[in-house]
This record gives sequence, C-alpha cells and structure tokens, in this order.
Amino acid sequence: MNPQNNPPQRWEDDIFDCFVRHNVSQIPYVPDAGHAHLIRRVHHQPGMTPLVLTTEEEGVASSCGAWLGGQKSVLLMQSSGVGNCINMLSLVSNCNFPFVTIVSMRGEWGEFNHWQVPMSRATPGSFELMGIDVKRCDTPQDVAPTVDAALYAAFASEQKIAILLSQRLIGRKEW
Amino acid sequence: MPETTMTLTTKIERRDAVRRILANRGETIVVCGLGSSTYDVFAAGDDDRNFYLWGAMGGAVMIGLGLAIAQPDKPVLVITGDGEALMGMGALASVAAQNPKNLTIIVLDNAHFGETGMQPSHTAHGVELAEVATACGFESTQTIVDYDSLDAYSNTPNAANGPRLAVVKITTDNPDRALPNLDGIYIKNRLRSSLGFQPV
Repeated sequence: MNPQNNPPQRWEDDIFDCFVRHNVSQIPYVPDAGHAHLIRRVHHQPGMTPLVLTTEEEGVASSCGAWLGGQKSVLLMQSSGVGNCINMLSLVSNCNFPFVTIVSMRGEWGEFNHWQVPMSRATPGSFELMGIDVKRCDTPQDVAPTVDAALYAAFASEQKIAILLSQRLIGRKEW
Repeated sequence: MPETTMTLTTKIERRDAVRRILANRGETIVVCGLGSSTYDVFAAGDDDRNFYLWGAMGGAVMIGLGLAIAQPDKPVLVITGDGEALMGMGALASVAAQNPKNLTIIVLDNAHFGETGMQPSHTAHGVELAEVATACGFESTQTIVDYDSLDAYSNTPNAANGPRLAVVKITTDNPDRALPNLDGIYIKNRLRSSLGFQPV
C-alpha cells in the first residue's frame, strides 16, 4: 500500500502494536466506545482471539486460564465494569497470576451521564484494594510506553497491572 | 414455585460419579469448582493437570475456556456444582460464542448449595442448566441420571463441533471432605509445568 494512503497511527494502534510485539493472543472484553477501534483491530488479526463477555469478571477468570495454558491475555473494559471483578481478582492474587487490564474511563471529564461517576471515582481504589497496581494514561504519548512496560512486567514476572485510559485522552462522549 | 423431587430420581453419588468420569482421563486437563467438586476431583486421585479452586466462585467455566483456547489439542474438562455454575451462568453464553470443541463442562447437580448448609438452589426450583446451555448454542447437552449413561459419556470423545455440557444429577449425600493443597501458586505452576511451561 502507498504509505500516503495509510491511516494515521492512533494511540489505539499503539496498544495493538504492543499486543503484537508481546504476543498477546487472548483479548476478552466488555466493549466500550473508547476501545472500539482496538477491538476492531483484534477481530481482524489472525492469531488473536477476541472473547466477548457477559460480565467483566469472566475476563479475569479466562485470562488466568489462558496463562495456565501458556498464552497471554489482556482484559479490556470500561470503568463501570471494574467493580464486577472484585472477588474474581482474588484468583489473580491467590495464584499470583500475571494480569493486565486496560480500562477506558468514563465519568471523569465532561461526563454528561453522572450515573458513571461513582464507579469511575472508585476504580483506582478498587484495584488497589485487590493488590493490582494502577497506571494512568492522560495523553496519547503516554500510551505506548505504559502498555509496553505493563505487558513486560506482567508476563516476565507475573505482576498485576491496571492501565486507566483517562476520559480526557479518549474524548468526551457527545450526547 | 415448589421444590421439586428431582433429586430423588437419581441414584448417582457424587464421589463415585467423579471417579468414573476421570477413570480414563488420558491427558485431560481438569478445572474444578470450589467446594465439593474440588474435594471429589482430589479424592479421585491427585494429578498435576488438576486445577483446584478454593474460591473465585463462578469462575470455573471461564478458566476452562481460557485454557481450552490456549491448548486446542488437549481436552479440557470443567467439573463444577450447580451453585457455582449458576453464579457464572453468563459464561455459558461466552463459551458458546467461542465454540471450543475441546471443552467439556460437567455440572454435578444436587440442587443444593452443599458447602453452606444445603440450601436449595435454583435447580431445585426447576432451572435446567442443560437447557440453558442448549439455548446458548451448545450443540451437545445432556442430563445424566444413571451410571451406565455416565460411563458411556465419560468414555466417548466429543463428537460435536463445539463444546459439550452434561448435567449429572446426583444425590444429596455429603461425603467427608478430601482436601487438596491450598497453595494456588503451587497448583498453577504444577499444571503449567505439566504443559511444558516453567515457573516464571
């Protein structure tokens, strides 16, 4: 393809490139508009398995199963789903599984729907209570190094990391 | 809705059932739900390829799904109870969406929460998990109430073009607990090592 015809690289593409580079093959998700482009790319990538979930905690469990079977998995969700994961994160903790989740934040930057705010506010604390380290991306430049470092730390030494993509980065949802 | 007398129609006892299910397991990887399922699987014989759960209720099927996708050439068997399966009932939809042929789910259904005082579960009120799986799109679902059918099921490779689910109706007998190792890190590394992955 003529390079001039390539669409510009977006920060979502940086996440996808990290998945490829680190050989992440299972991508469970509960969708969010903030993850839509990434999920589309995962669906079109041979060798990557997207898993659509009915609730986020399923993706915590499937990610642990993937590692038992020798594969790397990253869970995609939005901040409203983090609370659904709390007890299942005890599996990550008790067995010292590697764990990476990328969370699109709602309810924090020009949010129209204030029903999103309480779980948004509780998101970092929920992860920290369950022993998951929290990293945050506020600008497009933050994304690639943060995701790359998290994938390396998680799968090289079984660390547990949640990456929060701020709503300012994703953009305000227009109503 | 009144409690049914469904459990009286089976003579299958849980520990015998699991012993028969695993008698010819070959290289099958087993994930078992917390409580009695874990005790039954351990009582049938400890094995490096057993992943015992002591918590994470509702997660057994999804752990099995992640494993089945990662190890498509090996049979993966989830053995769990009706209570644990009910808590993760959405997982049946998520499994059906992936359609892994190497995944079998066996629900030991005594229609009660055995670990917590034998309170009747939803299956005592008529919920049929095999029909739930059928509605989700499982090609192979079955409800088993006798040992001959159980043996036939356990010794027959999956012929369906996707995952299987069997509900084994069991009595409410409550054998002594058989306790496997509690150390999740050990159990994880033992299973991974059996598949050729060294501890990190």
